[in-house]
Amino acid sequence: MSFLDINIFGLMGQLLVGLINGSFYALLALGLAIIFGLLRIINFAQGALYMLGAFVAWLGLQHLGMNYWVALFVVPVVVGLIGILMERFFIRPIANEDHLYSLLLTFGLALILQGTFTHMFGSSGMSYNIPDALKGGNNLGFMYLPTYRAWIILVSLVVCLGAWWVIEKTSLGSYLRAGTENPALLQAFGVNVPMMITLTFGFGVALAGLAGVLAAPIYSVSPDMGSNILIVVFAIVVIGGMGSIGGAILTGLGMGVVEGLTKYFYPEASTTVIFMVMVLVLLLKPAGLFGKEA
Amino acid sequence: MNTPVESQPQAADRTPHKTGDEKLRITDLHSFYGESHILHGIDLYVNKGEMATLLGRNGSGRSTTLKSIMNLVGRRTGSIMVNGRETIEMPSHQIAYLGLGYCPEERGIFSSLNVEENLMLPPAVRSDGVSVEEIYEMFPNLYERRFSQGTRLSGGEQQMLALARIMRSGANILLLDEITEGLAPVIVQKLAEVLDQLKKRGLTILLVEQNFHFAAPIADRHYVMEHGHIVEEIHQHELESKKELLNTYLGV
Repeated sequence: MSFLDINIFGLMGQLLVGLINGSFYALLALGLAIIFGLLRIINFAQGALYMLGAFVAWLGLQHLGMNYWVALFVVPVVVGLIGILMERFFIRPIANEDHLYSLLLTFGLALILQGTFTHMFGSSGMSYNIPDALKGGNNLGFMYLPTYRAWIILVSLVVCLGAWWVIEKTSLGSYLRAGTENPALLQAFGVNVPMMITLTFGFGVALAGLAGVLAAPIYSVSPDMGSNILIVVFAIVVIGGMGSIGGAILTGLGMGVVEGLTKYFYPEASTTVIFMVMVLVLLLKPAGLFGKEA
Repeated sequence: MNTPVESQPQAADRTPHKTGDEKLRITDLHSFYGESHILHGIDLYVNKGEMATLLGRNGSGRSTTLKSIMNLVGRRTGSIMVNGRETIEMPSHQIAYLGLGYCPEERGIFSSLNVEENLMLPPAVRSDGVSVEEIYEMFPNLYERRFSQGTRLSGGEQQMLALARIMRSGANILLLDEITEGLAPVIVQKLAEVLDQLKKRGLTILLVEQNFHFAAPIADRHYVMEHGHIVEEIHQHELESKKELLNTYLGV
């Protein structure tokens, strides 16, 4: 099964890992981009809320018997509601200050969340079983595709494309785009912009919660799972262009693949390749690959 | 007839309309951006179906007056009655639902929305707005370019779009800021026709205008502003007799 010096199984395996990581990057970057677009703040708590999503799923299963399929719907709602409270009581009071303050605030909230979970559950990971219906896999001839991994990619693609479609093609999305551009004028037209900001923050954060549920069965559920992924996701948002919805999705998936390929061809660089791309993009196209030049 | 700056407007006594028709009544309005005090006690009113203008030099506070009505300034005190409702404590999205339509000086066309999305953006604040079909009939250019990016339109088309979208929302009190600014005479002519049609529909209009020759023939009343005060009120029939005065204020 080798072509030239390339082992097809190995390459496809890394490509798949790349696509899976990319699916999480895309979901988290999408949430960040939506929030940044309307609120102009960088939500450093996005990683901690992703961790929270995984923990809520795990706790729900341990203590309430909430199965995976229920968690898939309930957890984003719970995390989204927490986001709404966060926006209403922490972020809004300092909305008119320099955005540096809200960045520091969300960073602080992330550390508090992570510290609380470390204190309560220790730093070693918990395991969460793959639901029965998604166990097993298929041999595609050139690679073995575990069903749960295919499921992650499918869910991420459907959610990302759905969010993109709503934002770019519907009247609800036109409010969001207009609010990103000129919130004061949109409000003068009769749209309740403060409410829209709260709900948007809740939605962006709910995406992190959903990613957390998806991640629970394949990564271990641990308090630092969010901080590990968040820095990469920030690099992706910068590469895609701050606030660009399509850019966040495509860059998330693309950078996952780039990372996977690097793991195959030059494993030593796999953890830094995304940051090297970020540096290149910042030098050559500072607004990001899909960002509009200001 | 030098209306004293801080006085309550006795102006209402001099108009053919009675106060029951007032769509907009501003009393002792002060507005602030941060520490700067921009408006110093504005008193004005506009009756139903009337077109009033705010004249004055740049920086005299005309745009700020419109923004204050929409609660788009930092802070405002005094009283702003819209359709008999006090709005000084209302957030701007609730003010819109009293039937106000605002067209900002920079036109406010959204670049991330296409022409049709821009047109459909403002929620219907009243039920009897101009229908989309009628709007496309009035402005065929907007129909032809309805899928273009909003800001790709020419300046004149953008101005038409900015007007059209508040006409569609059903707003019956329009606040229009410098709608003729930087536009070719043929477009200005078209805008005058549009305003005339809006007046015929019974809409109430408060117009900020630099182009006195555009405003003079179509407006019923003019307020002259200077340094955040209203320094003169001139009725249509007084234009001839007050020409000299206007010249000194406006430098036309």
